[in-house]
Amino acid sequence: MKKELTRQQYLDLYYYMRLNRAVEDTMVKLFRQNKIVGGLYSSLGQEAISVGTAYALEKKDWLAPMIRNIGALLVKGVPPRDVFMQHMAKYDSPTKGKDGTSHFGDLEKLHIVSPISMLGDLIPVMTGVAMAGRYLGQNIVTMTWIGDGGSSTGVFHEGLNFAATQKAPFVLILENNLWAYSTPVKRQVPLENLADRAKAYGISSYIVDGNDVVAVYSTAREAVERARAGEGPILIEAKSFRRLGHAQHDPAEYVPKEMRAYWEGRDPIALYEKFLMGERLLDTKGKKDVDEKIETLLAAEREFAENSPMPPPEFAETGVYCTGDECHKIRPKWERPISEVTPPKSSVKPVWTVEGFGSGKSAASTAIHFGDTKAALETETSDTDATTKTNGSKRAAKSPAKNSAKAGAASRATRKVKR
Amino acid sequence: MAEANGTQITFLEAIRQAMFEEMERDPAVVLLGEDVGVYGGAFKTSEGLLERFGWERVIDTPISESAIIGAACGMSYAGLRPIAELQFIDFIVCAFNQITNFVAKGHYLWNAPAPMVMRGPSGGGVHGGPFHSANPEMYFVHTPGLKVIYPSTPYDAKGLLKAAVRDNNPVLFFEHKFLYRRIRGEVPAEDYTVPIGKATVRREGQHLTIISYAAMMHTSLEAADALAKEGIEAEVIDLRTLLPLDEETILQSVRKTNRCLVVHEDTKTGGIAGEIAAILCEKAFGDLDGPLMRVTALDTPVPYSPPLEEYFLPNAKKVFDAAKELARY
Repeated sequence: MKKELTRQQYLDLYYYMRLNRAVEDTMVKLFRQNKIVGGLYSSLGQEAISVGTAYALEKKDWLAPMIRNIGALLVKGVPPRDVFMQHMAKYDSPTKGKDGTSHFGDLEKLHIVSPISMLGDLIPVMTGVAMAGRYLGQNIVTMTWIGDGGSSTGVFHEGLNFAATQKAPFVLILENNLWAYSTPVKRQVPLENLADRAKAYGISSYIVDGNDVVAVYSTAREAVERARAGEGPILIEAKSFRRLGHAQHDPAEYVPKEMRAYWEGRDPIALYEKFLMGERLLDTKGKKDVDEKIETLLAAEREFAENSPMPPPEFAETGVYCTGDECHKIRPKWERPISEVTPPKSSVKPVWTVEGFGSGKSAASTAIHFGDTKAALETETSDTDATTKTNGSKRAAKSPAKNSAKAGAASRATRKVKR
Repeated sequence: MAEANGTQITFLEAIRQAMFEEMERDPAVVLLGEDVGVYGGAFKTSEGLLERFGWERVIDTPISESAIIGAACGMSYAGLRPIAELQFIDFIVCAFNQITNFVAKGHYLWNAPAPMVMRGPSGGGVHGGPFHSANPEMYFVHTPGLKVIYPSTPYDAKGLLKAAVRDNNPVLFFEHKFLYRRIRGEVPAEDYTVPIGKATVRREGQHLTIISYAAMMHTSLEAADALAKEGIEAEVIDLRTLLPLDEETILQSVRKTNRCLVVHEDTKTGGIAGEIAAILCEKAFGDLDGPLMRVTALDTPVPYSPPLEEYFLPNAKKVFDAAKELARY
């Protein structure tokens, strides 16, 4: 780990990883007391990924968590009580008991989209949010996560390909925890690096040590900046390990003991504490302060959650449709002149310009439009290779394959590709 | 129904006008789908839209139905009102999971309305074969959270599509392709909408009620004319919206005629006729003088060869015969 963040940023990452783990530890206790409804999924050992990636987003950006991304929700501003109540199916939970786990969102304030259990479906949805954000001139980036298992779904490919053709400002975190339920990744995908999937879509990718929170954060930060600058979607493969079973019911006896022991020795919080202590960013007192802060917070949050009532049964019948205007408060938030997207300014000649032919003979680009109303002056694009980032250092491998999406060249002239 | 100062347009033109006018009215309305831009859509329903509204609002997509629906859903979360076109409605099932699990459940589960329209050409009778003739409406009528529209006239098509764009819920809008260029009708010059969830009485009669929608609406009217020559006056109801279903109009008519025949181009088992039969049994059992009868397509895939498809589809003769039988009760 290399020193490159501010003191506050280092400590924030620490706090949120600790909070993530403490929230989940609390839920294990609640589960054992039969207070959790249904299954309980753990991100033990993967906290650096949820926290490091979400911490790279700005307040206006959007995210959509998967089941093991409680940490990302906490970073985005979700109070722990909401997470507890979701898992306890309480009436005060964000979904008022209609759904559980990390399945909740907040369109208006926090910009969180709720996941569904079908893997990969968030990818086109967050692509759509990214496209809408660009259309409205908001300059936002959207982010979601997918597992090694989920990367085999059809919608993963449809979504990522569409995001790539649209050059959508979207960052996808591929959380490779080596197991999809009981099946090892090698049995699912015949690739050493899942980041290689990016090559198929002509987009950039990174590989990062998912147990190194500083590496995760700085990689995500760079990816978010590049996506925001108009470079298009970026895939980050974060390599880690699922320390517990698929959910609480699963003892995961199919995982070799030595493998678990190896990864237990690479606990992201323990590694980070050692780093922080070594850099004198944290001492025993500082650690104790964090312990106390989290303990006090979670005691209150847990109490609130436990005291929340269960929903009244007849509530099941409400809310299938949005009726009236009260239930739809989402107005398009324009941050560019509407005149740019309305006639006469929006009007175009409805023809394709094919590079090298007809009117595209002299122009090397600008044939296909992705929301840039001004002509793109520069055609510089990045290679599609994965950049490996470990312990803060970068290793970029050159590949002979040139970026096939070069003709797009949609990045604005004013936003130089940062590489 | 239509204003005197309106003009005669095709069913297809009605769809095009609705999209054009909604995009003109509201910059939050965008269109995405396969070949909708430069080409103007496989059936030319979006002709001229790219030229007027530009690349950002008329978006040609890859052949990825899940991505089209998913992206439209995401756009709606950010405040837009996207129209997602399915090139042929048969392909909507490629996005089945996105529609039934993501789009439809969002408002119920986490208060996320998805104001979006999913539309495309549907139905048979044009020898499109088993993968270009589908009537998949009932998959979606069985999905709480969606609205399902299937109009039969240019006036309704335009007014209902506009209402769909303005609705705060996800709406499926089926366009029977047999009607695209065969049916013409008058539409008013001024802006108007047709309310979602309201059926209409196309023809009044006292002897029996024929309930139908989309292309079979016209078949039913043809049969009703033939029945009238034999002294049987059929009341013909056009459902227009299948979800939510307008029970009131159905019950009102059947309580008057005491006989009900449902005609749909969708296959028989699990078709809307079964649902209507159940509603009548629950709420108008004592008013029925005879059994609910149905004329529908066969319980088979849509066959390709013209004699096979003609045999498969309902037609005016089949409706006429069934109605005559029903009138005997």
